[in-house]
Parts: sequence; C-alpha cells; structure tokens
Amino acid sequence: MNLLLQIWRSSLGKKYIMALSGAGLFLFVIGHLVGNLQFFLEPAAINRYGHFLKSTPEVLWPARLGLLALIGLHIVSALRLTAENKAARPEQYQAKVAPKDASLASRTMAMSGAIIASFIVYHLLHFTVQTPQVNFTGTDFDQLYEPNSGGADIYAMIVCGFSVWYVSLFYLISIGLLCTHLGHGVAAMFQSLGLRNHTWAPRIATGARVAAILIFLGYASIPVSVLLGRGKEYAKRIQSGVSPDKAGSAIKAAKGVEK
Amino acid sequence: MKVTLKVWRQKDRNSPGELKSYQSPELSPNMSFLEMLDVVNEHLANQGEDPIAFDHDCREGICGTCSLVIDGKPHGPHKGIATCQTYMRSFKDGDEIVVEPFRAKPFPLIKDLVVDRKAFDRIQHAGGFISVRTGAAPDANAIPVPKENADLAMDAAQCIGCGACVAACKNASAMLFVSAKVSHLGLMPQGQPERYRRVKAMVNQMDAEGFGSCTVTGSCEAVCPKEISIDFIARMNRDYLVAILKGDPKAVRGGGAG
Amino acid sequence: MATLKSNIPSGPLSEKWEHHKFSSKLINPANKRKYKVIVVGAGLAGSSASATLAELGYEVHNFVFHDSPRRAHSVAAQGGINAAKNYQNDGDSVHRLFYDTIKGGDYRAREANVHRLAEVSVNIIDQCAAQGVPFAREYGGLLDNRSFGGAQVSRTFYARGQTGQQLLLGAYSALCRMIGNGGVKSYTHSEMLDLVVVDGHAKGIVVRDLQTGEITRHAADAVVLATGGYGNVFNLSTYARGSNATAILRAYRRGACFGNPCYTQIHPTCIPVSGDYQSKLTLMSESLRNDGRIWVPKKKEDCRKNPADIAEGDRDYYLERMYSAFGNLAPRDIASRAAKYVCDEGRGVGETGLGVYLDFGDSIKRLGEDKVRERYGNLFAMYHEITNEDAYKTPMRIYPAVHYTMGGLWVDYNLMSNLPGLFVLGEANFSDHGANRLGASALMQGLSDGYFVLPSTIATYLATVKPGARPSADSAAFTAAEKEVRAGIAAMVGSKGTRTPASFHKELGRIMWEHCGMARNKAGLEKGIARIAALREEYGKNLRVPGQENGWNQSIEQAGRVGDFIELGDLMCRDALMREESCGGHFREEYQYTAADSEVQQGLVNPGDVKRRDDEFAFVAAWEYAGAGKAPVLNKEPLVYEEVKMSTRSYK
Repeated sequence: MNLLLQIWRSSLGKKYIMALSGAGLFLFVIGHLVGNLQFFLEPAAINRYGHFLKSTPEVLWPARLGLLALIGLHIVSALRLTAENKAARPEQYQAKVAPKDASLASRTMAMSGAIIASFIVYHLLHFTVQTPQVNFTGTDFDQLYEPNSGGADIYAMIVCGFSVWYVSLFYLISIGLLCTHLGHGVAAMFQSLGLRNHTWAPRIATGARVAAILIFLGYASIPVSVLLGRGKEYAKRIQSGVSPDKAGSAIKAAKGVEK
Repeated sequence: MKVTLKVWRQKDRNSPGELKSYQSPELSPNMSFLEMLDVVNEHLANQGEDPIAFDHDCREGICGTCSLVIDGKPHGPHKGIATCQTYMRSFKDGDEIVVEPFRAKPFPLIKDLVVDRKAFDRIQHAGGFISVRTGAAPDANAIPVPKENADLAMDAAQCIGCGACVAACKNASAMLFVSAKVSHLGLMPQGQPERYRRVKAMVNQMDAEGFGSCTVTGSCEAVCPKEISIDFIARMNRDYLVAILKGDPKAVRGGGAG
Repeated sequence: MATLKSNIPSGPLSEKWEHHKFSSKLINPANKRKYKVIVVGAGLAGSSASATLAELGYEVHNFVFHDSPRRAHSVAAQGGINAAKNYQNDGDSVHRLFYDTIKGGDYRAREANVHRLAEVSVNIIDQCAAQGVPFAREYGGLLDNRSFGGAQVSRTFYARGQTGQQLLLGAYSALCRMIGNGGVKSYTHSEMLDLVVVDGHAKGIVVRDLQTGEITRHAADAVVLATGGYGNVFNLSTYARGSNATAILRAYRRGACFGNPCYTQIHPTCIPVSGDYQSKLTLMSESLRNDGRIWVPKKKEDCRKNPADIAEGDRDYYLERMYSAFGNLAPRDIASRAAKYVCDEGRGVGETGLGVYLDFGDSIKRLGEDKVRERYGNLFAMYHEITNEDAYKTPMRIYPAVHYTMGGLWVDYNLMSNLPGLFVLGEANFSDHGANRLGASALMQGLSDGYFVLPSTIATYLATVKPGARPSADSAAFTAAEKEVRAGIAAMVGSKGTRTPASFHKELGRIMWEHCGMARNKAGLEKGIARIAALREEYGKNLRVPGQENGWNQSIEQAGRVGDFIELGDLMCRDALMREESCGGHFREEYQYTAADSEVQQGLVNPGDVKRRDDEFAFVAAWEYAGAGKAPVLNKEPLVYEEVKMSTRSYK
C-alpha cells in the first residue's frame, strides 16, 4: 500500500500511471480498429463479431471494466498532474510567444484529452447504449435487426449512424484529435517509462507518428466510405424491410440478449 | 542602434509588478545584452531612478547566474547560449524587447528580474553527490570509466543550474535539471552505489519544491544554454521506476561494536 | 610591526609536509564538534574546505554572496588541473611539478608551500575522480592528459573546456552532502563586510543579507577566507563581475598583512576590448596555444590587411622566434609581454591595434577541421558569438587581459594569517605561485588548500583554543564592528553625489591598466598613486548610490566593493613601486635584460625579459594597514631556498 501511495504521490509515479494506462488504451484503440475494419467485409462479418462480443459477457464485461479503469486512471492522474503543473506557474509571461520548439500536440494534450473524453461519452451513447436521441437519424439503432439471424445489425447501424454528415464530421475531428494525442502520447509513454535513448528516440518519435496516422486513416475510412455510399442500399433495406417493432422485441425476448 | 525595453519592474515579492517601458541610449551592436542593461542602468541612476535589478556574474556563460526571459524565450533568441552571451547584434534598431523574470512558483521573485533559485540547491542537498570523504579515494585510475560513459556523463554534467528549463517549460518542470544531475552521477561507476537512493531523494525533493511534471514538450532542451538532451529525463524516469520498485531498503538492526 | 612567522617545518624539503602532519596536534572527535568554523566563499577552496572540515566533525558555517555556492568563479576555469601523476610516462614527478612551479613563479614563492602543493596534487585527482568528476578519458577508460602552458610534460587533467566547472561541481557536491546532513550551515546571498578581531584573534564576521539588507554578526573559533582574487581592481578582467576583494581588504584593515599585492597575472589569450561599455574580457582557453600559432605582420603597413592576404614570409611568429624551446606555449607572463611589445611597435592587429593573431590554419591543414572542432569547438563558438568572426576561416584576434592575482593575504605554512585564527585559502592568499602562476595550477592550489592542507593545519590553531570559549556575537568587538558597517552603508546611501559606482570603477581600471598593468615604471606608479588618491577623495564626496538601505540593492554592493578596490589599487601601486626589480608578472621597465647582459649573450634570455634582483628583493612584501589615510607599513618575509637555486628563468 505504501508503495502505491508513493507512486501516487510522486510526479513521476503519476507519469508512470499515465504511461501504462495510456499504453493499455492505445492497444485497445488498435484492437477496436481491427474489429471495426471488418466493416469492409460482407455485413455478416462485423455482425458476427458483434454478436460474439455480446454473447460472451464473461469476456466483455471484464474488458469494459478494465477499459473504464484505464480511462479513469488516465484521466484522474492527468487532472492531478495538470493541477500541479498549473500551480507550478502561478504568474504567466506577458510576452506572447509559443513555447520554444514544443509541438502543438505536446502543448495541447490536456485539451485534446478532454475533447476525446467527451467524444467517448458520445460514442458510447451513440453506438453502445444506442440512445436514439443522439444519432439524429430518427431511427432507433436498437431496432435494426439482421434479417437472417435476427440479431442486432451492426453493419446497418454503422451505415445509418455515419450517414449523418455532422456526426461523421464530429467523429473525424475526434479521431483526428485522438491521433494527435497518440502521436505525442505514445512517444511520451516511452519517455515516461524511460524506454528511450538517443538511438531510439528518433525511431520512437517517427513510429508513434506513423502509428497515429495509420490509426487515423483506419478509423476515418469507415465514415468516409459511408458518406461515399458504401452499404447505403443494405442499410435502407434493413431500415425499411424489416418491421421493426414487434418482430424485434419478439426475437430479443426469445434470445434473451441483453443490451 | 536604439531599442525600447519593456522590463518587468517589481519592488519586492509582496508588491505588485508591471512592465515598464524604457528607451535605451545609443547602443553598439557589439554590446552583450547585459552590457546593454548596464548602460540603461547607468542612465537610470544618473537620472536618479532605481536601476533595473538583474542577476549576472561571470558573463561568459558558465556560472548560471544570469537569467531573463527575453521576448518570451529564456536566455534570448539564440540556441545553446546564456543571456550573457547574447549580443545586441541579434536585435534590430528600433526593436521593442520584452524582458521578464523566470517564472515559477519554486523560484520566488526577489526584485525586478531577479528570482531566488535556491530550490535547485535543496534538490542537490537531498542527494546530488557521491558520498566520499576527503582522503578516502582510491587511485584515480583504479576504476576505469568507459569513454562513452564519461562523455555522456559530461554532456549531463555541463548543466550550469540556471533554471532556464524551468522557465521555458509550460509546467515549470525541473526535470531537465534534476535528470542532468542524476544522469551525470548515475553514468559514472563511482556513482553506482547510491544510484537508486539518489534518484529517489532528488525526485522527491523536486516534487516537494512544487515544480511541475514533464509532458515531454521539449522546450527545456530547446532553451538550455548547454543543450542538455531530454534523453536524460528518460534515463531518470527509468532509474526512478527501478528505485520505486526496489522499495525502501530493509531496516538494519542496531548493534554496538563490542 | 606585524610578526611574520612562516612556520615552515624543519627537515628535508620532501619530508616537511609528512613530518608536519605527524607533529601537528590532533583534536579528539568529541571536541571537534564544539569548534565552530566560519568559511567565507565557496569556490574550489571554500567549498572543499567547508565540506572536509564538516566531515571531520567541526561545526561549519559557510557564507557566499551568490545565490548558490555553485556560482563561484572557479566555475569558469577552462583548461585543466595539474597533477604529478605521471600517467603519461613522460618523465613527470612531484619534484618536476614542484620545480616547474617554483621556476614558473620566478623564484618568488615559498619553497616548502610549493613542494607541498606538488605532493598533494596527486590526491586531488583521486578525490575528484571518486566524486564522479567526468574527466576526459581514453578508450581504455583511463584518464587522459594534455600539456598546458609553461610545461613540457602532459600532466594536465581536464573535462572538455570546463574543468573548473566540473571540479567546482565536485566540491559543491561534497558541500551539498554536508549541508544535507547538517554538517554545514549554508548562508547564501550573504556578503561578509567585516572581520571581527577579539584580543588579536579573528573570531567572527559581520554579514549583510543581500536580499533583505539585514546586518548580522557571526562568532566562531576560526575564520577561513576563500574569497578569490582581486583582479577586478582593473575593472576589465576575465573575472566575474561579482568577484571582489571586500573580504580580504576588510581583513587587511583589521590587521591581516597583504602579501605581494602587485603580482597580477595577465593572461595572453583573451578577446580584445571592443568599446567603453565593455564589462568583461573573455578568456579563450590557453589550451588553444597547443594548436594555434601566434603571429603579427612583420610590417606595420600589413596590419590593416585581411590576414589571408599576408604572405607566410611576411608573418612574424614571434613566440616561436623568441622562445624556440617553448614557442607558443611560453609561460603566460612572457607570452603576454611579447604581445604588448609587438603591439607597442605598431604591429598589432584589429581595429584598436591592440591584438595579435592566433591562427589555426596550420592545424586545420594538419588535423582537419573536424579534429580542431572536436578539441576546441566550444571555444570557437564562443569566439564567434562575441566577435561575429569565424575562427575556422580567419585567425582569432587575442590580447592579454588581467586574469589572476598571485598576491593576497599573507599566510604562514599553516595557511594562517598573522592574525591568529584567520585562515586564507586559494587565490585569496599569496602563497604558492610566486610572481607568476602556471596554467592549470590555480585549480590545483584551491583544492589542495581546501581538501588537504587546511583541514590538517587548522587543528594546530584550534588546539590552542579552549573548546566552548569563543566570544559571544553580542560582545563589544562584534557590536562595534556592526556599528561601523552600518555607518558605512548609511554614508554611501546618504551621499548625494553625481557619480555612480560604475563610473568610479571604470576610472580606477583605466588608472591601474595604464600605470600598474603589464609594464610599470617609477614615474608611472607615482602618478598612479596620485591619481588614485584624487579618485578616492572624489569617491568620498561625489558618490551617488540610488535606492534604499534595505532590500535588494545592487548599487550598495557595487559601491562598497569599488571603495575597497580603490584602496587596494593604491596598495598595489605602492607595492609595485617598492619592488625595484622585475619578476614574473611584475615587470618594471627599469629592470630588464638588454643586449649588454651576459645572460642574453649566452642565449638564456631575450632582451626585454624580466630581470630579478635576488640580492635585494628575494622576500615577500607583507603590507600592514596603518590606519585611514596613512601609508601602509612594509614587512618583509625573506624567501629562503634550501633545495632550489634561484637562477635565471630561461624558456629559450
């Protein structure tokens, strides 16, 4: 306990927490992307993936709680560090000059972090909790069912959700911020954990940037392809073809799938 | 040439301060920035005004006494030098130059542009040394030091303790300073016995002084008059992590000697 | 008259120090902590002494006027530190280092002190390496050496061009350790303004807190001054702007004798003066002379030409010509004076005509620019920053500048002044360098005094003091001293003159450089004394110190220091006038070799070299304060050479 308290109390300790939780979240972002990219296969692929996740709560919930804990640690230590950092300079400089040689990403980590956090909340409401009020399509995503299996149609939900241009735009901006956050954060993680020296420093910095760009392209490809028309027909079919209300609830009740 | 100075004037810690404008007398581009301030101060003194207080001593970039944030950058516009090595030829006739003190909570202001940097000393007192009594040393060549290590240690040891890293960091973090000290001693074989004890003590004191933490922006490295690399911060982070994981040493049971 | 007992131990020279240590009194550990020692200054000597005394168990209080002990000007020494390690197997030994230092000092140093310095030099390197000083290493991991001005062996240890910094940080780290564990109490931003003498013994100091202006009294069983040299008497020098002589001058006023004040070292490789606003002359490390060749045009009319346009045959490599054995590595006083001669002949270069070339063209051809950059890159960068010239392309311009003072408070073999209980270390004392100091010897002396000599010799005095018997800081002598200090400050702040301290300092510097600089003569010195007297009078009447007594006021600091410099300038001129000979850095134009001298005919020296007069001036001049407005009294300590024969110093 004493050790944990020591870690929490020291500035470096909190940086380790930031770095390790950040590393976990980074891995999640990659895993999540790999899952999402199944969107480019036939609709059944990503639906199967979604059904698999939802039907194994003993895997899903520990993962969700773990992620929540990582986010919690990441945010709490960030807030604490930011407060300490602010307190360390009570009086600001009058000359308006950008901090020397510091990248924009590195200077705006707290801001990009805060926006990403709000995005995550929206994203969860949008696609996980499926609150109808936030998707601006008039459709309850909860009511989209795959015709063959009768399970939730994730593919259609994605198409539907991203077909609203301003939702996609917000998504793109947020992913963009996430990737700037990662571009600096991943390199900083190596720095914070001391896994970096003059030989590896430039490689790590480039690697982090390349990873951030690939992640951005990966995530961005989905809403962009939707706006360009991918899956439009299919989603229309799902939206209109199936009589939503009764059939949906009947199947759901039968399968006992929880939301 | 002539310049307009906007200088932070503050009588003491408890009085409010403000930027005041001063028109310089005729200057030579070959003057150092501090010589320019000397000339302005002579001018002020001759007019019966209180001269601008600023810190300086060796005026050759090695003592670390001079400070100043010039147009938003600690130690002025150039890389790898201190304020005292900044020359007026770096400015143009008619320029307006804003001169402010180093700003950080652990560096309380004394007067005008002078701040108190004793926090650095206290960090050093906590562990910035190798415990060797005078007279107890083995022959200097008894312990070979790989040249690469000695060179790298020297890169870190060059730190002049001026505090520009703190002044430039948006978090007023002292990590570059502390890591330079920790790395210098930690790279030398002579520094190994106390390596982890040292890093722990110094980082804890750094925290106690109220410096911010590192968000790896690299500003410190960019303004450091000795161009000390933030690679040393990574090295310190690693050492501290190991130190924390090792935990506190086991208590030694007391016992008299006969 | 003061009593000057050098207390040099008897016995053969090489055994004196060992024998002295053995026969000195010891103080038992329980008693050591009852003794309080004040150390003023935290350069190499001050911080090493403070740390070591505290390690031994004494209660140490350290005072510096800087914001941190790490700022002392020892930090600026570039080249290196000598030690007779003979790691290079090039024939070095303790005896050779001793001999070189004695000869380099032109036979005006105390033999026993210098031998001790050479002996201790080897321990210093061990100590510093153990502290983690990152000395330059060879690939095998062992220490590297280089040769340095005035030596034919490679005995100089170095840490790039920042040896002084690294050694100081080593000593500072030792001090930090003792501050951290309570052995030393550190007072920063605290300037000593008076020495308190009780019954003839130094027992404390009066200090001004520079942040608050508060004046405090501090009592101790012994006072150690390690406050550095007084070259800033010249205003323009390679010293830090803050370097001052206030502590030693005020001790002098309290009865400590001042030894050989006229011995100043003019360093040959500094960047020439560029204008009246100048506050500081920057030294380019002497190590540059290892690879740079010094020259001026043979013909006056070439002086304004671009150096690249001057043919090889039209260049005068005057040091190589005049001193073939040492060439560009001739000792500092010789190299400086030679530069002055060629400039006086009208062959100087640069805008002012006061400069000579230091040319790396040949070295760049021989070694390649990369190698030169690796060796001297930081110095070339510094030169570029200051002059806006690229020394890889065009030769550097250099000129001599005041760099070090060999004189200082008189001390005996134990480093104790004629005032019992007052010890003086490092550049602040007069002892080891005679009339000229060799390169890389200042660091050696500072650390030798602080780490090894004082900690051993201070016991000789403390053993005579009853533990716990020190006077209280409230006793009469202390309150009287404080009153004087306060009155002095009040008078300065109250004076409503028109001239700032800086303007007095500039004028004093001009007088000193003109009359008591690289070449001195009777008439000039007399004139200098008269001009200083006039300046002093004006200082008394026409000083203007803006601001208030309390709080941070740099004008008060400056005014006090300039007042002390004026007094010291007078003393230097008097000493130079009295010393009717030339030796080392003290060059009296009346006493120089001419073509008629047999030494010149034998080829030992050049015409114009310094000519000593051993029969009359083989003594230390220890000046004693006689009261305000009175001429100081001269005391003489004869220099007795047991081992070395005083001979003509030849570098040909």
